[in-house]
Formats: sequence, structure tokens, C-alpha cells
Amino acid sequence: MHEFKGFLIKEFYHIFRDRRTMLILFAMPVLQMLLFGYVITNEINHAQIAVLDKSDDYITRKIITRLSASGYFEIKSYLQTHDEIKEAFQSGEVREVVVFEDNFSESLNRFGTANVHIITDASDANTANLIANYTSALIARFSADEFNKDSRGLTIKSDVRMMYNPEMKSVFMFVPGTMAMILILISALLTSVTIVREKETSSMEVLLVSPLKPAHIIVGKVAPYAVLSLINAFTIILLGHTVFGLPVLGSFILLFSECLLFILMALSLGVLISTTTNSQQVAMMLAMVALLMPAILLSGFIFPIENMPFWLQWICKINPSTYFIIIIKNIMLKGSGFMAVWRETLILAFYTFFFLFVSIRKFKTRLT
Amino acid sequence: MKTDKIVISVKNLIKDFGSFRANDRLNFDVYEGEVFGFLGANGAGKTTALKILCGLSRPTSGEVMVSGCNVYTQSNLIKQKIGYMSQKFTLYEDMTVTENISFYAGIYGLNFKQIKNKTMQLLSSLGLEGEAHKLIADLPLGWRQKLAFSIAIVHDPAIVFLDEPTGGVDPVTRRQFWKMIYEAAAKGVTVFVTTHYMDEAEYCDRVSIMVDGRIAALDTPANLKEKYNASSMNEVFLGLARHTSNK
Repeated sequence: MHEFKGFLIKEFYHIFRDRRTMLILFAMPVLQMLLFGYVITNEINHAQIAVLDKSDDYITRKIITRLSASGYFEIKSYLQTHDEIKEAFQSGEVREVVVFEDNFSESLNRFGTANVHIITDASDANTANLIANYTSALIARFSADEFNKDSRGLTIKSDVRMMYNPEMKSVFMFVPGTMAMILILISALLTSVTIVREKETSSMEVLLVSPLKPAHIIVGKVAPYAVLSLINAFTIILLGHTVFGLPVLGSFILLFSECLLFILMALSLGVLISTTTNSQQVAMMLAMVALLMPAILLSGFIFPIENMPFWLQWICKINPSTYFIIIIKNIMLKGSGFMAVWRETLILAFYTFFFLFVSIRKFKTRLT
Repeated sequence: MKTDKIVISVKNLIKDFGSFRANDRLNFDVYEGEVFGFLGANGAGKTTALKILCGLSRPTSGEVMVSGCNVYTQSNLIKQKIGYMSQKFTLYEDMTVTENISFYAGIYGLNFKQIKNKTMQLLSSLGLEGEAHKLIADLPLGWRQKLAFSIAIVHDPAIVFLDEPTGGVDPVTRRQFWKMIYEAAAKGVTVFVTTHYMDEAEYCDRVSIMVDGRIAALDTPANLKEKYNASSMNEVFLGLARHTSNK
């Protein structure tokens, strides 16, 4: 009994004297509560949409004003032809295009009904659904407000069309996210742990004393995971394609090059993590908390970024996974080429070099 | 066998960490085939000096030559010529005996045939033929230690650095371990060993005792005992440590 008490006290020392354990014990639950509270919301805010309004009359203008005044939407552009719809989506600038039929008010007055097409980019099924529902609801309310007292019983009919993912398959949304998550897990977490294990058992010292160059050691540790990760990326795409019917409309070479870039980014992040600690447990915790959680929650993987509070959007913007998911969605679901994703690619490349640069610096200072 | 050829030459070695001076003007030479004991209390600066000699760390100032190479400019050459074994077991537990031998021999550039010969030679001299394909995790501690030493000299280095190689080992294994050290030295390998065990210091050809970053004494065990009027190296060590802490 006495030994047990002493043991308990010792364990409490371990916990209270380790800042990281304390953070995980007390700060993480709070953070997670906050995150989930903010992130899981069914509201949309300033979603960017485009309008194709050929009739351009009194009622259509009123509806457009109503949409933009709602605060949910921001009219990003006014299209002139039907051909521009596809372009607007491929550029990634808008999430929805509202198309009014030609001679809108005329047909409303003559036949008592007029049509609005709501076309959304359903490669992000969650957001697309929300945006479409909001739009139809706003139009229905407008219709009720305007024509209630009108004895003719005028109605505006809105029909929704989902582009790129017409059946709203959520797997389309999950595959790129899962890929980001798994690649981060394997590349960053496992490499950091495996490098730190060498430090923990001090075999790293023996390796450093040997004629092997530090760069060789790191590359030797990292390369197997790069290969495994690439195989994983391939498997995920293959499964998505064969089992769920997920299309790969864009170039395979581009897709795998982007995967490789993301893997390199994650590996360099793993190396960076390994330079900050000598304990496998800490490395694991760091990778879990700093990488895995953001990869899932703050990348647009599950929850639309537009709906998050401003400060969380900023975290999404510095999260590399966010860009990877955009790239993958564009290439696989929209068939976009490199020109559509060069900005995101550049950001991933920048991160890779940045992490490598910092790791090398840290590694060198440790030696001198 | 000890010769007159100097293989490690240290002149006015200084190593600072910020305002803390870990090594303060160290001066010593180590001869070929010598068993050189590097003693000192924890925090006396032994490990710092050892790391500099192995090319893991750079001196702040001073002249250091290891096996004819300058530590500032030729640390890559030094690494080819030295072996290293640390106080922790550095064999990979999830690998077998032969896999470990092959791995370490491989990183020192031995070719396939050399590795094969070395492995057979090593296994038979250690009497580990039956355990060749056992995982290191399944070997008793003493055997691992002896294997680790054999692996540290698998590439026939000019100098082998042993950082508290016998920590946590039973007296019988320690004696066998020292037998191996003598065998290596007899073949001309210079052995640079740090230890906490003062009885082990008696086994060394010469010992240096570090106190607070400086070398407080350097001579053969017999001369040191005579000089400090002590019956054992333990007394010499305690006398030096007390002398300095009283200052």
C-alpha cells in the first residue's frame, strides 16, 4: 500500500512537471471543444457566387439584390453566356451560379411562373448542398413576400443542379481529405518517430560518428516512407475509382507529381519535428496534435472553410493540407490542368523548402 | 602494443557553451596501441571532449589531431579511422546478430565478401554461432555488450572510443570485456575509454582525470598512486576531487 502511494505521487510529479503532458491533458480538450463548436455549423457566410441574368429586368434585379443583401452570398461576377459557367467553376472563384431564364418577368406575368437554375460546384458536396438550399429558400421567401397579395398566384420555380458530383457523393469529398490525412500520418508522424527512436536509443550518435553523412542518414530514414506514401496515394485513388466510381478527369502524371510534392512536404515536416525532441512520445504527440488534427478539421476536408470564424480561416490558410485538398479536387473532379493549381503547388513547394531549411539549421546547431 | 607514435594530439583545447567553459585548455597525447583512461565526475567535461575527438562537435579553439587528421577540417577522414561505442546499447533490438554486424560493417564501407568473413570471424571468436539469427532483444545484456564492442572495431579502426562501455554490467562480464579491450590493444588499436569504475582505471596504461573542465592529473596508475600517496585509484580520484572542491 505504501509503495502504491509512493508510486501514485511519482506519477503526479511526471504529469505536473511536463508542460506538454499538461497541455495535452488540459488545453487540448478545451481547444477541441472550441473547434468543434465553431466548425460544426450549418451556416454559410459570404459564399462567392456568379449570376447569369440575360433578362436583366425589374424582378431579377430585385432577386439578385435580395441574395447579396442576405449576407450569405457575395456576387463575384456577372456572366454573359452559358459557356462562362464552366469557366467560372474551373477557376475556383465561385461556388454557385444562379441562372435566370430569358425574359424572366415576361414569362412570370404571362404564364404565372418563371424558372431559376441553381448550379453548384458539388465537388465539395457539403457546401454545395448548403448553398443550394439557402438560395432556393431565399428565392422562395422573395416569391412569397412579393406575390402573396397578388391574386394571380405567381410563382418562381427554382431547380438545383450539382456540377462535378451530381449524385452528391460524399466520398468524392472524403477521398482527397483522406489522402491528405494518411499521407501526413505516414510521412510526417512515422518519420519523426523513427528518427527520434534512433536518438532515444542513442544509436543516432553511433551513426553520426560513422562516415555516413547526416544528409544520408536523414534521406535513408525518409526514403522508405516516401515510397510507401506514394504507394498509399495510388491505392487510395485506385480504391476511390474502382469501388466508389470516383473519376480522375485530370492528368495522372500531374496528380502523382502533386502527391509526391505533398509527401516531400510532410516528410520534411517530420524531419523538423524530429529535430525538436528526443522522445518518441513527444514526437508522436506533436505530429498528432500539430498535423493530424488540422489535416482533418482545418483543411476543408470535412467542414467548409468559408463557414468558419475568421481566425480559424487563417489557420486553414497556413495549413498545407488545405492546398493539397484543393489541388486534388481540381485535378480529379474537375479535370483542371497545372495552370489551375499552380498557386497551391507553389505554396506546397515553399513549405517543403522552408521546413527543410529550418531542419538543416537546427541539425547543424545541435552539432556545434 | 603501445608504441611511441602519437595518434591523438590535443593542444590547448577549449570548448565554450555560451559563457560556460566545458573544456579549459586541455593538453594531452595518446599513443598508438595504448589503453587510455579518461576519467572524471559527471559534468567534468569528459563527454564534451570525447565528442570533439569523434568529430561530433567542434572545438572553440585549440589544436586537435586525431589519427593524423585535423578535427576542424578533416572530420570526415577521422570518421573512417575511428570506432565508437556508447554507454547505451546501440545495437538494434529488432534486428538479428548477423543483421547488426552487416549493418555496421556496411556503413563503414566493407564490401559483401569482407562482411561475410568478418561476420564468421566475429561470431566464432565470441562463441555466438548458435545465436547468429537471434534478435538482439533475446540476447543477455553481457553478450550484447561484447557484441557491441566487436562491432565497434569491425572495420579495424586505428582508434576506438568507448564511452562508459561497462555501465550496468556484472563484474564477470566486465572482466571479460576488459580482456577484449586488451586483445584489441595488442593488435595495435588505440583504446580511448571513459569510465566511472576506478578499478577499471587500474587496467589502463595511462589515465587522465578531469575536474571542472580541466585535466587535474595524467599519468600511469602506478605513478598517480605514488604521487598522491594512495593505495588505489579510487583514493587518487577522491583526493583530487576533494582538493579541487576545497579550493
